[in-house]
Amino acid sequence: MDTREKILEVKHLKQYFNVGKKDEVRAVDDVSFDIYKGETFGLVGESGSGKTTTGRAIIRLLDPTDGQVLFNGRDVASLKSKTDMMAFRREMQMIFQDPYASLNPRMKVKDIVAEGIDIHHLAKNDQDRTNQVEDLLETVGLNRDHSSRYPNEFSGGQRQRIGIARALAVQPDFIIADEPISALDVSIQAQVVNLMKELQEQKGLTYLFIAHDLSMVKYISDRIGVMHYGKLLEIGPAEEVYNHPLHLYTESLVSAVPQPDPEFERNRRQVVYDSTPEFDGKKRQMVEITPQHFVRASEDELDTYRKRATEAGLKTLI
Amino acid sequence: MENAEENILEVKDLTIDFHTYAGTVKAIRDVSFHLKKGETLAIVGESGSGKTVTTKTVMGLLANNAEVVEGTVKFRGKDILKMTQKQLEDIRGKDIAEIFQDPMTSLDPTMRIGKQIAEPLRIHKGYSREKANKQALEMLKLVGITNAEERINDYPHQFSGGMRQRIVIAIALVCYPEILIADEPTTALDVTIQAQILDLMKELQEKISTSIIFITHDLGVVAGMADRVAVMYAGKIVEYGTVDEIFYNPQHPYTWGLLNSMPTLDTAKGKLESIPGTPPDLLDPPAGDPFAARNPYAMKIDEQKEPPFFKVSDTHYAATWLLHPDAPHVEPPVEIKRRQEVYKKRLQEGTINQGHIHSTGNTSFGTDDDDAIGE
Repeated sequence: MDTREKILEVKHLKQYFNVGKKDEVRAVDDVSFDIYKGETFGLVGESGSGKTTTGRAIIRLLDPTDGQVLFNGRDVASLKSKTDMMAFRREMQMIFQDPYASLNPRMKVKDIVAEGIDIHHLAKNDQDRTNQVEDLLETVGLNRDHSSRYPNEFSGGQRQRIGIARALAVQPDFIIADEPISALDVSIQAQVVNLMKELQEQKGLTYLFIAHDLSMVKYISDRIGVMHYGKLLEIGPAEEVYNHPLHLYTESLVSAVPQPDPEFERNRRQVVYDSTPEFDGKKRQMVEITPQHFVRASEDELDTYRKRATEAGLKTLI
Repeated sequence: MENAEENILEVKDLTIDFHTYAGTVKAIRDVSFHLKKGETLAIVGESGSGKTVTTKTVMGLLANNAEVVEGTVKFRGKDILKMTQKQLEDIRGKDIAEIFQDPMTSLDPTMRIGKQIAEPLRIHKGYSREKANKQALEMLKLVGITNAEERINDYPHQFSGGMRQRIVIAIALVCYPEILIADEPTTALDVTIQAQILDLMKELQEKISTSIIFITHDLGVVAGMADRVAVMYAGKIVEYGTVDEIFYNPQHPYTWGLLNSMPTLDTAKGKLESIPGTPPDLLDPPAGDPFAARNPYAMKIDEQKEPPFFKVSDTHYAATWLLHPDAPHVEPPVEIKRRQEVYKKRLQEGTINQGHIHSTGNTSFGTDDDDAIGE
């Protein structure tokens, strides 16, 4: 029924740490979602919800405990040989949260950006390498002559641009951006978000945008997934999840976002979420309540969610 | 609280330089503001705008390479800048306390939390260990730590980030300070925890009627917390007013830019308005309006002469040449016009908050809304 092309399919992904020991942590527990080509999928959750771990498992920085990650139809876990991994890394890149910690302070910007170009032998000669780096710097809104400087000569926003240039250097199709703007000032956040959107349009990129700032995620994403305690609780179109959340946890998360409006803030009622039902041992799975809008629910909760959706003026399936 | 118009803190013409290897950084340039009893003043600005340096000055905690070129910081009429270390130590933690940004690093990892909360009482008030511990326990309950009796002898690493920030708040408030400085107290926390901490701060403020200087770059937090707002840019205050005046009738193009670059509930898809460029280098601040280079509304005079404060209302001032009678009329961004429409409408209705302190009058202990904390 869906004609859009899936670039990434995550199926029942589990990422446990300290398996079998007393302190076993189920950081990601049975998470499934798809990402379509050319869209931005926002993954939201609090610290410890497993959103970063999910991102890391997808790009194979971690080896998943169980489940599958299909990228362009191919199981990422099946990539064993070095050549396969190299090819995979060219297609999928990552932008990190902390622009201060993620750039080697002892390398010049041109060497940081060109590292991928060097590893994958994408430059014909030195001149070509320099040209590619300078073009990339220009693409992300920096000057060509910035290439001979060191990271410490740049502000946080500029550093994040360098991080974006580095990710773009190998011409990937898919970029995982793990809280790329959380460490930046408000006015700079907007600059970086706009840059990412422009690049997406120019190059047809697909993003997995991981963040805890719901208002920014809503703004940049086409669809949003909400994680809590290692589980995905809700997936749906960004506007719908934000304006008409079905899961109570999502509702509490949305209600906690402060708005730059004093009148709104004075009348704000925060919804307090009680997580005990999550641990009642009932079997739960993702159920499509309204078109494209899924919520993790047990059989007997379905009616409640359908009712919530109807009350919000949404058209339920069935 | 209506008669609490007394200024507990007055900062006048404060100018601070930092001597560095690269040269003299003019971090604070001619900053003046005051703080009334029981109110919350929010100082908003980007990193490097001088908001943290301003509060460090109030605490008497400036680095060694800082030089106070000019100005006074009067706490209850006495100039903090002229005090000896001993006098400062008497005030710090007792009359003026601070909550720092990062709850992970602002607690002593080797000291039990009960002892850390009791410490200010032992030092400043000379309480016996027993009496201090008893009050520390009360405070721990007040900031909403469950099982306070059992947990008072735990170490910081046994608590989550939000709980640690509650402990930091308990330490800051245990002496019932007159001024609480909160420097980005929730920036390191998740939104749901942030909401809890902000609510807690508001409740405690009503209970012990402390004044708060709240430093943040998050305008959403400001909207919910502040009575008055000062917007800082490049070491200067560029606009100040009541929270309603700043959010519904902003005048400085920098304030416009800040409000405009945040997605709100109604922001549609499309391009987010960003402020182009970066803040100026304070080693060599520009001659005119420091925001001129990033300001699409800048006029010639903005590059030559620094704008003075123009009065918008009795409580609202902005340093922009756009308010000069001879300035041409400019159209603010759509989002700002929407806000100004709200202001006009509410001005007619008389529902604009003209700087009254948000306290609802529940200043005594043991009111009904007590339930949320202390359990």
